[in-house]
Amino acid sequence: MTETITFSLNGQQVAVPAGLSILDAAALHGVRIPSLCHHPDQRVKANCRVCVVEVEGQKNLAASCATPVTAGMKVRTNSPRIRETVQTILELIFANHPQECLTCIRNGNCELRRLAADYGIREVKGEMATDALPLDTSTPSLVRDPNKCIKCGRCAEVCHHVQETGILYSHYRSVDVQVAPEYGKSLSDVACVLCGQCAAVCPVGAIHEKDDTALVWEALDDPAKHVVVQVAPAVRVSIAEEFGQAPGTIATGRLVSALRKLGFDRVFDTDFTADLTIMEEGHELLHRLQSGGALPLITSCSPGWVKYIEHSYPELLPHVSTCKSPQQMFGALAKTYYAGKAGIDPADIFVVSIMPCTAKKFESQRPEMNASGHQDVDAVLTTRELGRILKQAGVDFAALDDSVFDDPLGISTGAAAIFGVTGGVMEAALRTVYEVVTGQELESVEFTAVRGLQGIKEATVDLAGTPVKVAVAHGLGNARRIMDLVRAGLADYTFIEIMACPGGCIGGGGQPYGTTDTVRRQRIEATYRVDAGLALRKSHQNPAVAKLYAEFLRQPLSEISHHLLHTKYRNRSLYKLKG
Amino acid sequence: MSTQRQSVKDIVTAPAAGQAALLQALLAVQDASPENYVSEEAVNEIAHLLGISRSRVYSTASFYSVISLKPRGRHIVRVCINAPCENAGKQAVLAALEQELGVGLGCTTPDGRFTLEGVSCLGACYMSPAIKIDNQLYGDLTAEAAVAIIRRCREEENIGHTA
Repeated sequence: MTETITFSLNGQQVAVPAGLSILDAAALHGVRIPSLCHHPDQRVKANCRVCVVEVEGQKNLAASCATPVTAGMKVRTNSPRIRETVQTILELIFANHPQECLTCIRNGNCELRRLAADYGIREVKGEMATDALPLDTSTPSLVRDPNKCIKCGRCAEVCHHVQETGILYSHYRSVDVQVAPEYGKSLSDVACVLCGQCAAVCPVGAIHEKDDTALVWEALDDPAKHVVVQVAPAVRVSIAEEFGQAPGTIATGRLVSALRKLGFDRVFDTDFTADLTIMEEGHELLHRLQSGGALPLITSCSPGWVKYIEHSYPELLPHVSTCKSPQQMFGALAKTYYAGKAGIDPADIFVVSIMPCTAKKFESQRPEMNASGHQDVDAVLTTRELGRILKQAGVDFAALDDSVFDDPLGISTGAAAIFGVTGGVMEAALRTVYEVVTGQELESVEFTAVRGLQGIKEATVDLAGTPVKVAVAHGLGNARRIMDLVRAGLADYTFIEIMACPGGCIGGGGQPYGTTDTVRRQRIEATYRVDAGLALRKSHQNPAVAKLYAEFLRQPLSEISHHLLHTKYRNRSLYKLKG
Repeated sequence: MSTQRQSVKDIVTAPAAGQAALLQALLAVQDASPENYVSEEAVNEIAHLLGISRSRVYSTASFYSVISLKPRGRHIVRVCINAPCENAGKQAVLAALEQELGVGLGCTTPDGRFTLEGVSCLGACYMSPAIKIDNQLYGDLTAEAAVAIIRRCREEENIGHTA
């Protein structure tokens, strides 16, 4: 039971739970204190100073994000001194910030620009002192613009303390400070996994997804191209946020309508190949169990995770499922199975993915992802880019009617829908593996032990008398802890699911801005509602997948499956130490 | 007493101690380097040994002016460029040093022997103008005295080499 304390907020006595910062305590009583470096999911940084307040008895203004509220404290959040101070701080930040707001990718959702509007900044007093540093465009996923960086440290925090990838950090001193990889290296020269969590928390346009919307317009405008689109599970529970709707709004039907309005020739669903992934990966697990293959088996759907293990634990790569991710399986099938059925030359098919993920852009450009003789996936747009392209096309998302995905690559089950949340792939796999192994129908399809935002989750499932221990981790810091156990031989798991991003794909680096744990929970809850609302909830019940096997692949792990749907990994270890 | 000893042990053996050791490690590695700097390879190795990111090691190394990430001469000549030394005749001392060494501030002599650096304070205002060569302070300098010190350094190093 948390103690309640009272303090004076702008002259009013208010009660709050003990232990909160002034910033959080004020928010409980309808006072939104401005902030830039503060992020609800992160540790206190207190370096932007925009959140300053007056505390009676203290000579200096206090950073409200870093000052705990105490009983009897008298806090003022709005006074001439505070307004003047905040305005000055903002003007100092603007003096070092390129005035390119009209052409900035964050135009419309920049936190700094919003504060400029709120505080009525009409001129930047003093001299402009902007930098002219080169942009980092070295990766297919992210663009880093150091000139726009306000040095708030949010990206370094998520990179070091959530993902523990340790790429971005603050270097040099005073006016020379830069948040970057060491030695000014580009992101392609360090072990960056391109998860984009830095971009997701950046308040300004200093690091963002590489914009591929022009590529997609070009394909859509080309009459010779047959342009098909696939949508990842996590996008249907987040795209509505791009149009001002609440997190957790399910918009599957409207999303399909919107994509048709853009002019895609076929609107398909990555959920179809998510079900297919379960068939392939489930059988891979059974095969490894029966043949003494490398265990634990580890999932391979998350491209940030795959790049991470290639960089950091290459000796454990034999544990990673050889299954391509659902995105890549889709591309390979679109240019073979679908091309054959539709009678279209695969060279004329252009596959677009809508993904919650920046690392998917990198994955699509892996040179080995071309089993059909053509690149599996031609362009990847994040949820945010889809939002922009729909706005450009004048699609009134709120007013759309629902419609359904096209056949045959648009049919899916609830097991595929939950791929978008941490624990979802595991739960989907268990639903199928259980029935395949035991030959019995699963009474309850919901494996609640692997659900939720706890960093590492474990469960033991009884498979026809054999207890099978599984683990689920999301966020690469948690993945690292599990991998250390596996490397040390201390993990007795049979199957491990890992997602690079906290919360799984619903918390991906390409999702609408404003993702916090609260928003993650809302998207997760919506995802489970999608699952529960579907008639079919097990991948092996997907009739379109069964037909695909009957007509084309023959059976899971067949030769053609291996050729089209499975892949290889490489050691990306960058740093070799002597001795 | 035993409680306190326990807590000290906890502190120095905690994983965070690796981060606390970072600055000492950087200084020691630099001291051991014939070129008076911390190489990229050393940054990587320190990161690996302390279990922290390369980026964090580079952050600390690039913050402190006492640590160099570029090769330097065998001897570092530090000239105080702050107000007390400035007023006491630093300009003449610096000009004499630049002429004697043939390089400007921030540069290394072509023979790799000396790097001339400006520093904000040597903590020797009572003997301004002051310079520091490696760990040895020299104060109340004149241009002639500074040149003599450099020449003596060269001679000592030459003797050391022949011995």
